[in-house]
Amino acid sequence: MRATVHVTLKPGVLDVEGKAIEGALHGLGFGGVSGVRVGKTVAFDLTGEDRAAAEAQVRSMCERLLANPVIESWRVEFAG
Amino acid sequence: MKAAVVVFPGSNCDRDCKVAVERSTGAAVDMVWHGEAALPAGLDLIVLPGGFSYGDYLRCGAMAAQSPVMAAVRTEAERGVAVLGVCNGFQVLCEAGMLPGSLLRNAALKYVCKPVDLDIVNGQTRYTAGFGERRTARMTVGNGEGNYFADDETLDRLEGEGRVVFRYRDNPNGSVRGIAGIVNEGGNVLGLMPHPDRAFEPELGGEDGAVLFRSVLGSA
Repeated sequence: MRATVHVTLKPGVLDVEGKAIEGALHGLGFGGVSGVRVGKTVAFDLTGEDRAAAEAQVRSMCERLLANPVIESWRVEFAG
Repeated sequence: MKAAVVVFPGSNCDRDCKVAVERSTGAAVDMVWHGEAALPAGLDLIVLPGGFSYGDYLRCGAMAAQSPVMAAVRTEAERGVAVLGVCNGFQVLCEAGMLPGSLLRNAALKYVCKPVDLDIVNGQTRYTAGFGERRTARMTVGNGEGNYFADDETLDRLEGEGRVVFRYRDNPNGSVRGIAGIVNEGGNVLGLMPHPDRAFEPELGGEDGAVLFRSVLGSA
């Protein structure tokens, strides 16, 4: 199955890149934009059919490497 | 006296650290590749140098924190050996969970490279005792992600325990509470964003880095 992990800075952690993008969008005339947050996506194939086992594996991956729990939160989607 | 500098792929201050420690203290300095599972015996100081380990992929220091050598660094730190993480080395120590908090993108989104004046908040550590009565130091920062962050509870604990060691007098990167350097509970692991390895001779604009290296190795 295919796992897609989305990692973003936690609410309350200053996202300076998001702030800069927000300013640029305002500059382009999109004045209604606020609360821009930037994140990253890590997608990969995972062997096995057991969804619960896959979720446990991804949780461990995120806690140990893919996300930094001090500053980031994450969520995962599975397909296939 | 014996020291080691860990070299990660993408480290770029590893030789600076070796030369700085050698010239400041006379210590013999080994270079240790990150893939090694063991460190040389009898070390008094382990330096994690500045640079861009693994190209800063994923997060600064995230990959390096998982390197084989880091298990040995952690073991030595638990035995009380001094471990100094400078700049990217500080990021690695945070990612390895050996120091609390994390380093974010600079508040102004700019890479900053300049000498900075620091307050020595705790002059009683192995790294700062050598400054004697002095309560200021000058070193050079060079970072794009040097913006220290931790939650308020962690920050209060760090300050209460005297673990904030250096503070910027004029915060260059937005670090919370102006924090430039912190130690672990044992006081032997220091994460420092400014570079002592860029301030160890008058020709470099100052010698306060040499004072720090002599302090930690003199007390080892």
